[in-house]
Amino acid sequence: MDAWLLDPFLEFGFMRRALAGCLALSLGAAPIGVFLMLRNMSLAGDAIAHAILPGAAIGYMLAGLSLPAMTGGGLVAGLIVALVAGGVARMTQLREDASLSAVYLISLAGGVMIISLSGSGVDLMNVLFGNVLALDDPTLLLLAGIATVTVLALAIGYRALVLECADPAFLRSVSGASPFAHLGFLVLLVLNLVAGFHALGTLMAVGMMILPAASARLWHRDLGPLLATAVAMALTGSSGGLLLSYHFGLPSGPAIVLALGALYIGSLLASPVGGLVRRLRPRWHYTS
Amino acid sequence: MNAPALVFENLTLGYDRHPVVHHLKGDVAEGALLALVGPNGAGKSTLLKSIAGELRPIEGSIRRCGDVAGRFAYLPQQSAIDAGFPITVADLVAMGLWRDVGLFGGIGRTGRRRLAEALGQVGLEGFERRPIGTLSGGQLQRARFARLLLQDAPLILLDEPYTAVDAQTVGDMAMLVQRWHAEGRTVIAVLHDLEHVRQHYPEALLLARETIARGASREVLSIANLERARHLAAAFDEHAPVCHRHAEAA
Repeated sequence: MDAWLLDPFLEFGFMRRALAGCLALSLGAAPIGVFLMLRNMSLAGDAIAHAILPGAAIGYMLAGLSLPAMTGGGLVAGLIVALVAGGVARMTQLREDASLSAVYLISLAGGVMIISLSGSGVDLMNVLFGNVLALDDPTLLLLAGIATVTVLALAIGYRALVLECADPAFLRSVSGASPFAHLGFLVLLVLNLVAGFHALGTLMAVGMMILPAASARLWHRDLGPLLATAVAMALTGSSGGLLLSYHFGLPSGPAIVLALGALYIGSLLASPVGGLVRRLRPRWHYTS
Repeated sequence: MNAPALVFENLTLGYDRHPVVHHLKGDVAEGALLALVGPNGAGKSTLLKSIAGELRPIEGSIRRCGDVAGRFAYLPQQSAIDAGFPITVADLVAMGLWRDVGLFGGIGRTGRRRLAEALGQVGLEGFERRPIGTLSGGQLQRARFARLLLQDAPLILLDEPYTAVDAQTVGDMAMLVQRWHAEGRTVIAVLHDLEHVRQHYPEALLLARETIARGASREVLSIANLERARHLAAAFDEHAPVCHRHAEAA
């Protein structure tokens, strides 16, 4: 069993790199996913992840498979979509989910069009599905940098972000930090989606955020343990997915997301906070 | 007569250019205990929201003066809070210490003592570790009042504070309001229970987009005034002409 778990990482450098990439993604994306879920923005995260595509595609058109160009393009596109969708929702009758869907669909279609007109099908597959087994040094450094920035920013802005999610009106009444918390969170979200896009592709980047967050929510009612469990689940699921991918010759991105999905289903069945198995057991209660 | 805590200068508030509060003038004295009353749609919550800085006036202004200039505590209607958010009662109430601890400060021994006292005063001892999602409506409202206690603000704004809470909770919260008044704080509350206003609030402002009456509660809440307010608040015209009263006011 030890050999099954450890040998792939001991023997192959690309597996160690993939594991390091997953660790970085878990530390950054999972806590962002928890706040995304608690703000009822899970689907918004998915939409923004898709919206990164045209930016990455334009970066690719200008500079080929260049990390800075594709990352910069993805960042700019993600931020524009997040801000435009928010602005449209505030200035028109459209709700934020509708405006976000509209903007991201335009963005996604534009991205696929740009890639199809300019490159081969292989490039499109790389952008859509990523390749965690081919992380080079600069990409790994980028993922580690984004994880570091995210953890530091969350530590600094934690109190404001919690208030912004739980009771935004209260935060606005006591402090001017509300717009900074909102905007800062969007920037962190886009940064982590860009990190996820390099490893898992634009289609599945958000999986590393939402699946661990949703699984952890089934185990905890307190935010602190919820964040810690989400990170642990992201790391467990992603390294498990890497191992499955290695041993059974599966595509790595989908294997990681499916492993995270298995943890989610397991949590649905076994969790103490509304899990299905618990509902079948005899119920007892306290006297007061 | 105390110095004014708030001054409304030709204040017009609204949505989509339709006024909800129309050319309001007047002031609220420091230490006042004022009830904002009026039918649904009269502009009471909108006025409170604007005092709290949540809504910019279409025209005119609100001046916060003296002690209340930068310090107020605002209790919006209950729907503003996400009751499913995974925090405990202690976390929710401790938000009231924001002015002392800010973004980074620790709560400390004094803060913990004040937190315990505030929970005791609203009857929530022993609820510290309970997730807010497990509280009843009345218990959640008690926790929000405990947070107001910790905010220790000279101006307190309450928007329908007794909605969907039982008589015992109303009584307990009303006692806290009376205590704030006795301490010289300015309290403005949006209320629908007119008998409660007559008994507990010395002053009332009857609003129906504009001031219908202002003064001692028992005089303001006359049948004639209430009837007039009901008719004025119900009047709404999608194709109303542009208002030019700002020119008259100037």
